[in-house]
Amino acid sequence: MKYRNRLYQLMGCTFLSAALLGTNASAEDKVTFVSQGGAWQDAQTVAILDPITEQYGIEIMQDSAPDAWPMIKTQGTTGQAVWDVVDTPPLNCVRGGQQGLIEEIDYAKVPNASSMPDAYKTPYSVAYEFYSSVLAYNKDNLEKVPSNWVDFWDVENFPGKRALRNHPLATLEAALLADGVAQDELYPLDVDRAFAKLEEIKPHITTWWTSGGQSAQLLFDGEVDMLMMWNGRVSAAVEAGANAGMSYDQGILQSTHLCMIKDSPNPEAAVKFLNAAISPDLQANLPLHIDYGPGNPAAFDTGKISEEIAKTLPSYPENANKQAMMSYEWWASEKGEAAERRWLEFMQQ
Amino acid sequence: MSTLTIPSTESPTAAVDPSVKLLKREQRTMQMLLSPALAVVTLLLVVPLGWLFLQSFYSDGFTLEHYARIFTEGIYWKTFALTFKISIIVTIAALLLGYPVAYAITRLPRRWSMVVLALVIVPFWTSILVRAYAWLVLLQRSGVVNDTLMGIGLTDSPLSLVHNELGTIIATVHILLPFMVLPLYSTMQKIPNDLLMAGSSLGASPFMVFWRVFFPMSMSGVIAGSTLVFVLCLGFYITPELMGGGRTVMASMLVSRNIQLYSDWGAASAVSVVLLVCVVLIFNIVSRFVPLEKILGSK
Repeated sequence: MKYRNRLYQLMGCTFLSAALLGTNASAEDKVTFVSQGGAWQDAQTVAILDPITEQYGIEIMQDSAPDAWPMIKTQGTTGQAVWDVVDTPPLNCVRGGQQGLIEEIDYAKVPNASSMPDAYKTPYSVAYEFYSSVLAYNKDNLEKVPSNWVDFWDVENFPGKRALRNHPLATLEAALLADGVAQDELYPLDVDRAFAKLEEIKPHITTWWTSGGQSAQLLFDGEVDMLMMWNGRVSAAVEAGANAGMSYDQGILQSTHLCMIKDSPNPEAAVKFLNAAISPDLQANLPLHIDYGPGNPAAFDTGKISEEIAKTLPSYPENANKQAMMSYEWWASEKGEAAERRWLEFMQQ
Repeated sequence: MSTLTIPSTESPTAAVDPSVKLLKREQRTMQMLLSPALAVVTLLLVVPLGWLFLQSFYSDGFTLEHYARIFTEGIYWKTFALTFKISIIVTIAALLLGYPVAYAITRLPRRWSMVVLALVIVPFWTSILVRAYAWLVLLQRSGVVNDTLMGIGLTDSPLSLVHNELGTIIATVHILLPFMVLPLYSTMQKIPNDLLMAGSSLGASPFMVFWRVFFPMSMSGVIAGSTLVFVLCLGFYITPELMGGGRTVMASMLVSRNIQLYSDWGAASAVSVVLLVCVVLIFNIVSRFVPLEKILGSK
């Protein structure tokens, strides 16, 4: 799946650059926007992207990449940017900004960011949405359902096939939570302890998934009984008829940010797009189409989001209190990077 | 590096010989006709490969660190060992499955042999991705295969047929099978029937005819097909990525993961170069037994 996306990216890049070269003369507003595909990209297309085209006249070309970082890095180092705006974990935006791959945001041109708390902004990016890595389960083959990572690690009392994401982000956190670390005392992560705990569960993991779509398939088909997933993907699978559920207990609350590629083909349209995408009105559409929380809290004041919907969102206070908030700062640190590298080694043993 | 060396027929005394002139002109025409293709190959293959090679020695200046990592860190050894192990198993399985098929195509009446050949070739034209997903659907826990096995009572609980090495091997064998069957078929087709009949007329049993006459003569096809399958399998990416459940890490996946992890083309290039060297070595060794052009099916 990753391959496919990468292939599409490459193809997209080729065609896009050809198309852009061809149409450079007409200076209409258009941007190439990259998100992560699947249910999440579908939801924001309806909630945010299509309305932007309608209201602001910005033509949006979509692309998707489950892991945008290698492409950001490549476009920066080859000096051939084909993307304009990327929806990706803030870690990539900040790291990219520090390496000169991501454009610094001129907040004077992004008035919609003023209603956002400082914690939701970095010099290079603004919060776009909140989601959560939760424990999801398919009830078909389970006698009792697990409710947190402690249960997930308890293979005796909760027998069944398991899957985790083939990525250290959130997985190391889950391991530590399972090992009894309190959710507000996670950082700095005790990496050795996390990997030791992961070693314990490793023989019981059938699949290490790489893309959100793959995780949804595993849940939907009942290929595994319990797995880590992004909460919006779980609800999409349930809506599609999966006999599944999830728990916010010990979930890992995460966010993605919007950031702009440095020297992108359409820098002005990119800023306009970024400002529009975090407008309270459009942000308020988001939870109506997927169970992800708006990146701009002013969205809750628009009256569009009912209390009923708000309750299901990962960033709803009652849900947020049960979860650990991911520290992207830690992951961007040297220790975080080292932990990321250790992942490959762990997978190979 | 890619200029064509054409044996020179020129000699001072023969300069006036018209037939030599004609030959030279023909050679020049051939060279001209070849040059667009050579230019494309140089541009699209040699240049990027050279770039890859240079990059594998680069990280803020000349360095051997990427290679040092490959030869010192255990995970690289493990990955290459796994890659070779899977490739060997796939090659043997493809040979065992492909040989009878190729044999059947050459022995069956023409109408039927065409049908069998089509059955081999049509999947060959189908996207690798589609075939991998199809196997995923067939082999998964609640898939057709497991449902059938459980339905007829052969097993009580579903077998783990996918998201592991086994799944990777099954799908890879299927995808690479045509690369085994086609060279075998082209070799077997050229084995003269007279020789087999001669064997029979001298009193050999059908098995003896096959074993002593047919099989040895098909050996070059066996080597050609096995080499192709083995080498292609070494570089397989999509299938292990989709069928391996994240645990079956083959060398090509290491390349992509190196880019993701180290965000460094050098690290990934070094793995690619090592893989490429393995492939070149294999071709080199095999070409001592079977000419390369035979492996690639041009003769």
